[in-house]
Amino acid sequence: MSHDIHMHEATAHSNEGYAAHHDHDHHEQHFITKYIFSQDHKTIAKQFLITGIFWAVIGALMSVFFRLQLGFPNENFPIMEKFLGEWAKGGKLSPEFYYALVTMHGTILVFFVLTAGLSGTFANLLIPLQVGARDMASPFMNMLSYWFFFIAGVVMFISLFVQTGPASGGWTTYPPLSALKEASLGSGVGMDLWLVSMALFVVSSLLGGLNYISTILNMRTKGMYMNRMPLTVWALLFTAILGVLSFPVVLSGFILLIFDRNFGTSFYLSEIFIGGKALPHIGGSAILYQHLFWFLGHPEVYIIMLPGMGMASEVLSNHSRKPIFGYTAMLISMIGITVLAFLVWAHHMFVTGMSPFLGSIFVLLTLLIAIPSAVKVFNWLTTIWRANIRFTVPMMFALGFVSLFISGGLTGIFLGNSALDIHLHDTYFVVAHFHIVMGVSAFFGMFAGIYQWYPKMFGRFMNNTLGYIHFFITFIGAYLIFWPMHYEGVAGMPRRYYDYSAWESFKQFEGLNSFISIVVVIVFFGQLVFVINFFVSIFRGRKVTEQNPWGATSLEWTTPINPGHGNWPGEIPEVHRWAYDYKDDGNGNDFIPQTTPLAPGEHEDAH
Amino acid sequence: MSGLLSILLTLLVFVIIYQIAKASEFATVLRGREKVERQTNRLMAWLLVAFFILGLYGIYECHEALIGKMLPVAASDHGEQFDIMFEMTLIVTGIVFFATQALLFWFAFRYQAKEKTTSYYFAHSNKLELIWTTVPAIAMACLVAIGLRNWANMTCEAPKDSQVVEVTGKQFNWIVRYPGADGILGKRDFRKTSDADNVLGQDWNDKANLDDIVAENGEVHLIVNKPAKFIIGSRDVIHDVGLPHFRMKMDAVPGIVTTIWFTPKYTTEEMKKMTANPNFVYEISCDQMCGKGHYSMRGTVIVETESEHRDWISSQKSYYANMHAPAEQTATESTTPKTDSTKAITMK
Repeated sequence: MSHDIHMHEATAHSNEGYAAHHDHDHHEQHFITKYIFSQDHKTIAKQFLITGIFWAVIGALMSVFFRLQLGFPNENFPIMEKFLGEWAKGGKLSPEFYYALVTMHGTILVFFVLTAGLSGTFANLLIPLQVGARDMASPFMNMLSYWFFFIAGVVMFISLFVQTGPASGGWTTYPPLSALKEASLGSGVGMDLWLVSMALFVVSSLLGGLNYISTILNMRTKGMYMNRMPLTVWALLFTAILGVLSFPVVLSGFILLIFDRNFGTSFYLSEIFIGGKALPHIGGSAILYQHLFWFLGHPEVYIIMLPGMGMASEVLSNHSRKPIFGYTAMLISMIGITVLAFLVWAHHMFVTGMSPFLGSIFVLLTLLIAIPSAVKVFNWLTTIWRANIRFTVPMMFALGFVSLFISGGLTGIFLGNSALDIHLHDTYFVVAHFHIVMGVSAFFGMFAGIYQWYPKMFGRFMNNTLGYIHFFITFIGAYLIFWPMHYEGVAGMPRRYYDYSAWESFKQFEGLNSFISIVVVIVFFGQLVFVINFFVSIFRGRKVTEQNPWGATSLEWTTPINPGHGNWPGEIPEVHRWAYDYKDDGNGNDFIPQTTPLAPGEHEDAH
Repeated sequence: MSGLLSILLTLLVFVIIYQIAKASEFATVLRGREKVERQTNRLMAWLLVAFFILGLYGIYECHEALIGKMLPVAASDHGEQFDIMFEMTLIVTGIVFFATQALLFWFAFRYQAKEKTTSYYFAHSNKLELIWTTVPAIAMACLVAIGLRNWANMTCEAPKDSQVVEVTGKQFNWIVRYPGADGILGKRDFRKTSDADNVLGQDWNDKANLDDIVAENGEVHLIVNKPAKFIIGSRDVIHDVGLPHFRMKMDAVPGIVTTIWFTPKYTTEEMKKMTANPNFVYEISCDQMCGKGHYSMRGTVIVETESEHRDWISSQKSYYANMHAPAEQTATESTTPKTDSTKAITMK
């Protein structure tokens, strides 16, 4: 294996400072530049993925802790004290730390796992491989992107251990709660660390995003016209565009919040009496922060969803042995989603006292998004119609993705309509909705991608049996957890409550809450099956023996089984056709790779 | 000891998972990869169908188990509109849900890979795309139209004869203020706030304040069948007045004033009978994360007849009188403990 890598490195193009790096000498430095400060997009992808898995386990464990409190408010769990110490004295979670856990669970899953862990991994892995480039436009910036993410993670991790606890005002950290130390323990130094960490995260995201965009626009191989790119690349392009245009806005919001917290400004603060005294702030607007936050916050939902959509499209087509249906329609619907993503943010704010007329406009724009989403679903369904489906593990997850996307997407139609949102807002209906659609569904897209491209990442397969077990535990568990939550939401049960037993209107769900919590624990352990499968397979998995194990058309499968830095040992292959030519090639194969020239008289499909 | 035990347990789980993986790989090799893959394919297709059918049964069971625990009938005009619209949306999305899920699992099963079959090369159809762009567009247009009509109805100006109540959130309870005999809520200035004798920062130079009644126990008294207008504010962080029985909700934001209005339709007593629950009470839940006591920020609404309300009002003294007549100060609401009282008694 190492022999391969040296060979290919020598052929990597020279403008990366890598050509100066000779074989077989200083091996120690070699290890560091190869595995740690690597500029190879494939290694950076693995770094993002493994860091993402680390955070996913932590974030999920947090949800287990707060679900134990929710499901069994009268019990004590001594094991919690082992993990959380003072915050769970005698095994009973304190309200302060309950809110800290809820906040961190959201922050970690949304940003560290489903943004960095998902698009960081697959944009890095797939963009150069699928467009036919030796590496990213700027490998160095790409490396920085990972390390900014890493430092952001370190800062966030440290914040878990400060004396007053981590940020605890919800992952949206609305001021004044998050701005005033008097308002909550978590608004102390924990909140400062949260803001610093998020600022670093934004830098990471921008460095990555700019790189992805320039790579896709400028470094496609010969013949790889934009309309021949796999939908994964399109999806990752739109993801990067969304990130680049919206993350700076939230950063500005965070900076104003830092000023309000530390330098006595009043951007968000006005007329506040807290801790026994009236504060001097006047004239600020707490709603301004929400506008700035959701201007990222909503596109963020699509930053999370689009990579999953792209990968599910690719996997569905590949294992159906059939072209993706409506390539152009898929593309137009993705453009529609990307544009609309910037025009709907205020649907998170229908009940903040925002002008009802403005609310009406956001209702209209929000429900417009249902149209491209519906188009995508129907296209996926038609893709598997009259197909020849191989139920590999990635295919199972892609099918699960579609199922969950439908379930979670439809409840968005309720919430996007302000006249319904006025009751459902901030209830468990919202929790169920977004967990299904941008939580579990996005995770299913990610799992489909991991199982699909694992052979490309590590030259080995993950274990199938464990993969199927993982799939069914997660799929059944997700529905068992989130389906009944819709009922709680319709009954008006508010989210982010530590205990419901004092409420005449909500206490009847105690049994249901226990049931959900038990399923959460099972699903958590189900995920460990995946984690073990992932790490053990790196060393012990079945080796990949063919160059193109899935019989796929796209370019990444024309590289060697263990591609070195530079991806292709010789010339980068030329592309002659679109990415979904799943048809008889005349030699008994049911697919034609993109690199196969058009046969005489053959016309490229006018997709 | 328990630490050692849990480490051992973890190791055991790890070993089991690892063994499953190894055994399955061996079995595949022994039985021939192609054969195993064919069998697995068939098994998975069946399992997906089983998932779908069990899922439908699960949906039925879940509905049966939970439908009795939902909210009682909407207790306001707006709430009734909400329920109708919710049901319509549920029917539209329900049809789409069952149709698309059924197609997904049916196609998966029907078109599982078989030897010697190939897929049908079908890459695009403008006609199909057109159909499934326009049909959802029309459906959405209808839902938007209904939604915007209802939205306009519930967010328009409250009727002139509304009863006005001011609700102010603070960590972690609600302070309610009534305008008193003059029907006017006096001016406030947050700098005049004091937990000892001026919880809302009323400006005593404004005569309209002198007869305002303040209840610190978060109890809102409303007259049935009379429009009620809530004037909502906050003293510290953002809260939210959540009224699940009236299907209403509005944030309480420091520095700005928000409003909602609705017409309560049933008195608390009527509701107790309708729900056959003697403890029934309209609750105000805080629906915006506001700190460690968020979950206990409970208020109540007491809906009563006009005469009951008149009796109750006349038994109340203005906050000013309570604070500035020390000799007469009795144990009225100004000294009630500031907890989320679970009291649900209609004062008669």
